[in-house]
Amino acid sequence: MAKPILYSFSHSSCTWRVRLALNYKDIAYETRVVNLSRGETRDPEFLKVNPAGHIPALVVNGKVLAQSMAILEYIEEAYPEKPLLPKDLIQRAKVREICELIVSGIQPLQHRQVAGKYSDDKQKQLEWQDFYIHRGLTALERILTDCSGKYAVGDDFTLADCCLIPQVFNAEHRFKMDMSGFPRINEINKNLSELPAFKTAHPDAQID
Amino acid sequence: MSKYVMYEFPISSCSWRLRIAFAYKGIQYESREIEDSDTPEFRKINPAGHVPVLEIDSQHTIAESIAILEYLEEVHWEPPLLPQDPFQRAKVREICELIASGIQPLQHPYVAQKYSDDPKKQAEWTSYYINKGFRALEGILEETSSDKTRCVGKSMSMADCCLVPQVYNAVERFHIDMTPYPIIQNIYTELMILPIVNAGRPDNFPSESE
Repeated sequence: MAKPILYSFSHSSCTWRVRLALNYKDIAYETRVVNLSRGETRDPEFLKVNPAGHIPALVVNGKVLAQSMAILEYIEEAYPEKPLLPKDLIQRAKVREICELIVSGIQPLQHRQVAGKYSDDKQKQLEWQDFYIHRGLTALERILTDCSGKYAVGDDFTLADCCLIPQVFNAEHRFKMDMSGFPRINEINKNLSELPAFKTAHPDAQID
Repeated sequence: MSKYVMYEFPISSCSWRLRIAFAYKGIQYESREIEDSDTPEFRKINPAGHVPVLEIDSQHTIAESIAILEYLEEVHWEPPLLPQDPFQRAKVREICELIASGIQPLQHPYVAQKYSDDPKKQAEWTSYYINKGFRALEGILEETSSDKTRCVGKSMSMADCCLVPQVYNAVERFHIDMTPYPIIQNIYTELMILPIVNAGRPDNFPSESE
């Protein structure tokens, strides 16, 4: 069976979620770079792969999977070793709740394109992004108080952590937010940073 | 007392996704209508301050409609809202995410209001994001819908649960021209005939299927 192909950009947080899952499960894959900053998601070659023009896209046996959560759930089902969802049904739901809080409640709203549509003024864009990230992380901090352990849900690495890591990076390093109001998030992120998959999936470790 | 309590309000499209799933699977639940979810009281139930929230056995709460849909699917797997084939399942989830993260959050009235105080500009914002999302969705459905009556293959899925409320919003609330999206329109029309879908529409609240 050919290796899956991941269409990726190092700093795409949605793609980073998928890299975390693939690397954690030790799934070998080929990376094809699609540079978001240079608009390469609109290249005809890439649009043949994913007509919707989004990354990540994962090609498995010639079939294209898109949308990070759909890809993550596929990976979990196709490669059940080193599971990224707990066995307990309520815990599984909590993992997905945290994923969705991030992937629909924070990331799309802080996206550069959306902030750019709000205003041409860089300062106003930052205020917009700051608002939505702060709102989302405030909710996440409270949710994590009840369900987290070493990681986001209990003591095992899950899909929730795959979504959390890139969002925290964005908040801390791209938007230089004051993270002092989120002690649980910071603690979990620190624990996660010790995992090998954290290092190998990081934007700095990518070929682009 | 019901095992399931759903906190919701009539016009919440995310809640309607679940009303469809509950009705399709024949699961009883108690609906609790919330007037305003962005309050300190409700944030004790869901820190994110939005509906729907599913309370289970008066003990556990799960928020986020997609998480709740997946939970219901795992606990009550018949009749299924996900296909057996792994790739088809991924396509259902792709459509769910396109709507749940690519369209709905961006077209939300609160986001449009944050963009501008001017109702005309708000309408432009909403229209932009719905149309952007529907263009992508129409392209996906071209590939995944067997007979243009359901999103993936010929069977009901979570993708259909997500499509209906989003199209309802587009058509009834925001008056989007659906001419460029014949497949979305056809699937919507076919689904809205079904009592399990139509019963959950905002103007039928509370759901007749309870």
